[in-house]
Amino acid sequence: MLKRVHFPSSPLPYLLVAPQLAITLIFFIWPASQAFYQSFLIEDAFGLGSEFVWFENFEVLWSDSHYLAAFWRTAVFSLLVAGLSMGFALVLAGFAQRAVRGALTYRTLLIWPYAVAPVLAGALWVFMFNPTLGIFPYFLEFFGIDWNHYLNGGQAMALVVMAAAWKQVAYNFLFYLAAMQSIPPSVIEAAAIDGAGPGRRFWTIIFPLISPTTFFLLVINMVYAFFETFGIIHAVTQGGPGTSTTILVYKVFNDGFVGLDLGGSAAQSVILMVLVVTMTVIQFRYVERKVEY
Amino acid sequence: MSVKTLFSTTAFLAAAATSAYGETEIQWWHAMGGANGERVNKIAEDFNATQDAYKVVPVYKGNYTETMTAAIAAFRAKEHPQIVQVFEVGTATMMAAKGAIYPVEKLMNDTGENFDGKAFLPAVVSYYQTPEGELLSMPFNSSTPVLWYNKDAIEAAGAKVPETWAEVKTTAQKLVDNGMDCGVSFGWQSWVMVENFSAWHDIALGSKENGFSGFDTEFTFNNDAVAARLDDIASMSEGNLFKYGGRRGDSLPMFTNGECGMWMNSSAYYGSIKSQAGFEFGQTMLPLDTSLAEAPQNSIIGGATLWVLGGHDDEEYKGTAKFLTYLSSAEVQAWWHQETGYVPITTAAYELSKEQGFYDNNPGTDTAIKQLSLNTPTPNSRGLRFGNFVQVRDVINEEMEAIWSGDKSASEALDAAVERGNDLLRRFERSAN
Repeated sequence: MLKRVHFPSSPLPYLLVAPQLAITLIFFIWPASQAFYQSFLIEDAFGLGSEFVWFENFEVLWSDSHYLAAFWRTAVFSLLVAGLSMGFALVLAGFAQRAVRGALTYRTLLIWPYAVAPVLAGALWVFMFNPTLGIFPYFLEFFGIDWNHYLNGGQAMALVVMAAAWKQVAYNFLFYLAAMQSIPPSVIEAAAIDGAGPGRRFWTIIFPLISPTTFFLLVINMVYAFFETFGIIHAVTQGGPGTSTTILVYKVFNDGFVGLDLGGSAAQSVILMVLVVTMTVIQFRYVERKVEY
Repeated sequence: MSVKTLFSTTAFLAAAATSAYGETEIQWWHAMGGANGERVNKIAEDFNATQDAYKVVPVYKGNYTETMTAAIAAFRAKEHPQIVQVFEVGTATMMAAKGAIYPVEKLMNDTGENFDGKAFLPAVVSYYQTPEGELLSMPFNSSTPVLWYNKDAIEAAGAKVPETWAEVKTTAQKLVDNGMDCGVSFGWQSWVMVENFSAWHDIALGSKENGFSGFDTEFTFNNDAVAARLDDIASMSEGNLFKYGGRRGDSLPMFTNGECGMWMNSSAYYGSIKSQAGFEFGQTMLPLDTSLAEAPQNSIIGGATLWVLGGHDDEEYKGTAKFLTYLSSAEVQAWWHQETGYVPITTAAYELSKEQGFYDNNPGTDTAIKQLSLNTPTPNSRGLRFGNFVQVRDVINEEMEAIWSGDKSASEALDAAVERGNDLLRRFERSAN
């Protein structure tokens, strides 16, 4: 018969977890439930009177062509941001991994952008691309490109995508580099002896071996693009021109805080919450199967 | 991301900023940054120096939207200021919050301050009165759109300063023929080209006296008059007689760097233009569309007023009332008007500026006030009071941008704006009841 060991239960683990639990409860669960409740109300801004309307706020959203357009815009934006920042990070990590001299300097410099707050990142890009003062529009003019993201929606979108992707490159870089360093050198050396060049080694050995990291980063980057890019958009375009850079999270802010439509805004944030949860679940259930650990 | 979290954080910060100090303190939240912020501080300091029972503390809360949101969040957390500055399009929202506001006229009467509604300029106060004529908030910084023009360029082109839309076209043509990049541009396009264009020609923007007599109002600005004007402007973009330069004041540089010879926007840009323009400039009244009216009616204001919020004690309200009396005195108003380019809110302040020779020394600076007081305001020209109007303006901006880019005709765009705007009005009506 197996002997079971019973440890006397100590309050210490609970105590240690308590602060994290408290933070989650106070800053996530409670506000999220409030938003959930608010999404069933039509309420005036001051909270003086409110009407319980069940799902009407949601119905209004589904019949609003502008909301549906924001949906597609967000999808395009997130895919572009995730794709660009992960792609660049992968390339940079590949090179930094192979660098012989000054490797530490490269790595340190490449990590820096992650320390920049989103609003500041936005401000930097606004300066560089300001149509009258910026340096990039000046260069672009040599190629016959008339840059004005205040009027051109496509250019505005390109600008926020670049700013958002740039900021996230550092984070992705860090994970890719760590993943590459954990690959046993013997595997790569064996391939090299068999005559595989750097490109082939990368695609047939390194890339499959770091696929768990790619998968993890995909989830993180999509969530980042959905939520944390708010600061960048607010600083760069404020959702304009027209609504060409109004992604879902910006619309939540704009309708709630500028338009003071609390019910509609809360309904949008609930949809956003559901969306991200679903996205994560799908990714874990289906995408993960193709990942080789 | 939750609305409530953000609200409660803002409210917490607001509460932290409101700790009391002894003598009766009156919080004044405002949205005046930069040089105007210093002027606001000076007004408060000067008032504090006149007596020692009350202390007015001005607090800068960001732009108009941020200030209003902060005050609302603070109200929900019961930490709101006594006085808050709210921009004109927030009027309907504030009005609807009956339990949250303390109408200024009632405050003045309750606290026994001298208050004469007739001392104020009708075009300024009519925007903020109930249908019965009770003043709800104290006008503070008000402006109105005017036509700014580049005097040097107009003279060089041998053109004349336009008074009608037909003349705007010929002057623009002459300016472009003489080598300018564009003839005319404008900013705050909903305010200038829809709201003020309608008032100037005595046309209704919406039913129920532009929303003044009830929340069950509908927009009507998709009429032939507005559509024809906007179509005509869109056709002017051929040959660059008109160039669109973005929302709000984004197109200011186009005027001040000599790209466009004419620019329609707020009279309160006086200070900016004066410091940025390297040429002689002038301001004149908005052009008239002679097919719609023989003479202009009056223009409507933009800017902000001071609202008093409820739920404070009598002593604080006494001080608030005293401060508002001080603020609307002729001396303070004349000073504020001459420094900023905002219009004076009382007839006395206007007369005082005249006596001081301000208009003689700075010709054209009385254009705004002349436009506002051209005629007794009609139900179509006293202003507008639509709920959710911040969002409606966004809608109008989006639809107008579709006209300028050639995606829609003016009547298609205006129909769409009215339809989307009416939806927002219905939502507001329900939240307000």
